[in-house]
Amino acid sequence: MILSGKAWKFSDDINTDLIIPARYLNTSDPAELAEHCMEDADPEFPRRVQAGDVIVAGKNFGSGSSREHAPLAIKAAGVSCVIAASFARIFYRNAFNIGLPIFEAPAAAEQVQPGDLLRVDAAKGVITNLTRQQEYQATAIPPFMQEIISAGGLINYVRKTGGRKTGDRV
Amino acid sequence: MEMGMTITEKILAAAAGKKAVRPGELVSAKVDLVLGNDITAPMAISEFEKIGVAEVFDRDRVVLVPDHFVPNKDIKSAEQAKILRDFARRQGLTNYYEVGRMGIEHCLLPEEGLVGPGDVVVGADSHTCTYGALGAFSTGVGSTDLAAAMALGEIWLKVPASLKFVYYGELPPWVGGKDLILYTIGDIGVDGATYQAMEFTGPAVAKLSMDGRFTMANMAVEAGAKNGIVPPDEITRAYVQGRAKRPWQFFASDPDAEYAKIYEYDVSEMEPAVAFPHLPENVRPVSAAAGVSIDQVVIGSCTNGRLEDLRTAARVLAGRKVHPDVRLIVIPGTQQIYLQALQEGLIKIFVEAGAAVSTPTCGPCLGGYMGVLAAGERCLATTNRNFVGRMGHRESEVYLSNPAVAAASAVAGAIAGPKEVREP
Repeated sequence: MILSGKAWKFSDDINTDLIIPARYLNTSDPAELAEHCMEDADPEFPRRVQAGDVIVAGKNFGSGSSREHAPLAIKAAGVSCVIAASFARIFYRNAFNIGLPIFEAPAAAEQVQPGDLLRVDAAKGVITNLTRQQEYQATAIPPFMQEIISAGGLINYVRKTGGRKTGDRV
Repeated sequence: MEMGMTITEKILAAAAGKKAVRPGELVSAKVDLVLGNDITAPMAISEFEKIGVAEVFDRDRVVLVPDHFVPNKDIKSAEQAKILRDFARRQGLTNYYEVGRMGIEHCLLPEEGLVGPGDVVVGADSHTCTYGALGAFSTGVGSTDLAAAMALGEIWLKVPASLKFVYYGELPPWVGGKDLILYTIGDIGVDGATYQAMEFTGPAVAKLSMDGRFTMANMAVEAGAKNGIVPPDEITRAYVQGRAKRPWQFFASDPDAEYAKIYEYDVSEMEPAVAFPHLPENVRPVSAAAGVSIDQVVIGSCTNGRLEDLRTAARVLAGRKVHPDVRLIVIPGTQQIYLQALQEGLIKIFVEAGAAVSTPTCGPCLGGYMGVLAAGERCLATTNRNFVGRMGHRESEVYLSNPAVAAASAVAGAIAGPKEVREP
């Protein structure tokens, strides 16, 4: 899978309240959530983000609440993937579970500038900055997580295993 | 020879049917209880229905608690809460808690004896880590993980490495679990324990009440931890005896268990702590915050809405009035806590002081309702997060403290230590 788009740059510790404020959590509708995605971090974001764009942030992206509305809002806003120096753990799981590709790449988090054009080879974890002619390597996704992604998310994975207990597999 | 294991590793090994597990190992663990609320469960229910299984794995072990936006704050919230109610009825869930009989989930489940020592619990709420105070493994997950756990009764987990925190000395007056955890987060940072277990030990924790321990474990996630855990002891036993609805088991870390890092603190000279905006790691002693003016004070939440918290606040507020420029909102964590506070005369003290007392709800903590902030307003809260926009407008501010500081500040009209308004 090749992803490409323009970079939106955010700071360290972008928490789930910034990604989707709780005042909008009275719905689970992805399109409605997308209208408010990142608005407390950058009010322009939900209006100007374009399909394929990439969120690039510092450490501890997605910290705070367990709301799966956070990765859903990002995905529904058209963002193709999130690149960060590190991710908070519940967000990390949630992103895979709903099929939002995320990449841990501290060098990219440091060097990418707003508006840079990025190309991401998801399988290899290689991020190319077409604007700056740079290449960054993302941390490899554990094989166990790759299985969930290739099944198309956790629910499809559970369906595919036909109700068979995951305990038989690990 | 077998290497020693931590309490977290032992609980996960038992739940995975293994003799031993190591940090980093992926296991499929049986869960003793799964939990969802009115924000996370509607999404989980819709995913659950896609899986194609007719029934949850065990109708006694799937708990649904509408607590975030109930009593329904608007039509959309009413629709969300209705999804929970309808699902609970359809599935015949034994543990669905309706308005008027409910509580904030992490105050309610231990009180009801639904979680106990040695349990593995997953909940679609990040503060599910609270139950580690009982010596359980308990962690927050998202809605999809909740859906899969509701169907399978199992979840895959990566065994976390453990960080050990040892607290020595005697806690000074007005200093408690909230201050210990805030200073700890201030020390290690909001990602200082990411993917790891935080094990809270030492003489100061051994003397801490269950309510104080719940507060500590509750905020483990604010350091990024997977779980927080307190070694169970006689205080734990006294709490669960006669309350637990299932058999429970004490686990203990081996003396030769391995820790990624050990932190040691002397608590004897600690002042109450205050976390400044906009991260829980921005912690300073209350004296450094003195004089910061406030518009609102909230005493409650899954962090500090328990009986001991209300007793502490009442001790500070008794015979005093809330400052004319401050709105004080007090929210008992459960109906049982509310009733007990009523019987002990605490509610009378709050109302006479000029506080608003609410039915249990998460409401203001996450800027839902029942105390949302306008632009430029500042709140001191006993809650757990002070992120940008957490309690309302993105230009509002939240400071975090223990209930004694919150009560004293409500009287003073600005952040103040309890010593300034009341002798210990």
